[in-house]
Amino acid sequence: MDNNKKQVSAADVVKEQDKAKKAEKYNQYVKDKTPTHNKVLNFFNAYWVGGVICIIGQAFNNYYTSLGCNKDQASAYTALSLIFLSVLLTGLNIYPKLAKFAGAGTVVPITGFANSVAAPAVEFKKEGQVFGIGCKIFTIAGPVILYGVFSSWVLGVIYYILMKTGVI
Amino acid sequence: MENNSKMCGKQSLLFANPPYIIAGSSIAGKKEGEGPLGRYFDQVEEDPMFGGDTWEDAESRMMRRAADAAIEKAGLKKDDIRYMVGGDLLGQLIATSFGIMDLEIPLFGVYGACSTMGESIAIGSVLVDGGYGDKVMAITSSHFAGAEKQFRFPLAYGSQRPLATSWTVTGSGAVILDKDDNRKEELQEKEAPVCVKGVTVGRIVDYGVKDSMNMGACMAPSAYKTIAANLNDLGVKPEYYDKIITGDLGYIGKDILIDLLKQEGYDISKNYMDCGIEMFDKDTQDTHSGGSGCGCSAITLTSYVIPKLRRREWKRVLFVPTGALLSTVSFNEGNSVPGIAHGVMIEGM
Repeated sequence: MDNNKKQVSAADVVKEQDKAKKAEKYNQYVKDKTPTHNKVLNFFNAYWVGGVICIIGQAFNNYYTSLGCNKDQASAYTALSLIFLSVLLTGLNIYPKLAKFAGAGTVVPITGFANSVAAPAVEFKKEGQVFGIGCKIFTIAGPVILYGVFSSWVLGVIYYILMKTGVI
Repeated sequence: MENNSKMCGKQSLLFANPPYIIAGSSIAGKKEGEGPLGRYFDQVEEDPMFGGDTWEDAESRMMRRAADAAIEKAGLKKDDIRYMVGGDLLGQLIATSFGIMDLEIPLFGVYGACSTMGESIAIGSVLVDGGYGDKVMAITSSHFAGAEKQFRFPLAYGSQRPLATSWTVTGSGAVILDKDDNRKEELQEKEAPVCVKGVTVGRIVDYGVKDSMNMGACMAPSAYKTIAANLNDLGVKPEYYDKIITGDLGYIGKDILIDLLKQEGYDISKNYMDCGIEMFDKDTQDTHSGGSGCGCSAITLTSYVIPKLRRREWKRVLFVPTGALLSTVSFNEGNSVPGIAHGVMIEGM
């Protein structure tokens, strides 16, 4: 993987007296010793499971369109349906098993986001409605929401400036 | 006046009146019960909640059961126990505080992360040897779900665990230390009395690993330092012990430990064992690097190691529970994960 650094042996680590250098060497040594998941297999599973989730989304979309929804309405109902399914599967403890198998394939779609909100809700329910669910429901999704909103605000400001200056 | 001193070398001590381990108990969860050591445990509980309402409650109940089982196996009553020394991983020792509260036994609460069993036995043995207590219980516990909730993610959150991760053992173990083994006479033929000969108290060792998903690598240097210190302090070779047993280094930590100790001229590859590796079958139980948690070393000690000593299959072991001093706060603030390991010399007579 990382061929720039040469292999570090245990002897190098033990002999090194400088604390910072020792840490660096030991970390490199550990990295060489630690097995990792098969990336190709992971990519493959993420790709097809993520794809299947998107196909299900598209099927919902087509169905809602066939019922007479316009594009925006159909999209909103599709998102709602996927979130519902994800939360249901989280409650039934099926979603984590799926995620273990498919990795990013289940994390990236909206279903992953729904799972990351539902899971803490289930876990922290015992600590009460306010301090449990209320405070901790967004422990995983919180950063996504905060920085998602913030970055869209920044982009909005840039867009506004570009519009005012006549670039767009 | 070396003879009178119980201190040995730099950080070890040898007891003048080695305390006996008169009983040990092991309570385990379902997954542990299905593992290679499953048949040795005193109780395997199918219900992950142990009849409680929350994970913390579950672990508290489990610890109470371990305490009760140890007292019963020793043929004692709870009032016979002078002190308890114990701890766990949850918050400010939730399982210990709430689990054994009703026993009303004076308590030393200790935190040594997953090395707690070593620390508890060490302190308990010092108390007994010094004559400060006749019967002292050392106890600890860990619960998979409670540990995941505190240190990682909610259980229902979908993620892939890296291969270096370990699986926190749901289990609680207790031993009762006594200044004498009253069953000695009658049992001598069948079972060897087992005692704590000495202790090597571990130092905090930090080699700068910041990966909380690779605890074996975080803790291996501390185990290496403690084992080397023990061998140096006593002036013995690794062969002195029938087994050198670490708590929860797992497969990666095992390789690193053996490798590091070789640099000191000690080859422990032949008589080394890790409780985390023994606990689960990694091919069928999907536990990656092995078992971990306070309970891992504790129930392996009480269900497997001590009986081996009693049956005289082993004569002498160095039991080295290993702890990763991880807190989600220090970790988020960019600190590495230091390790600590305590060595307990346990012998069959």
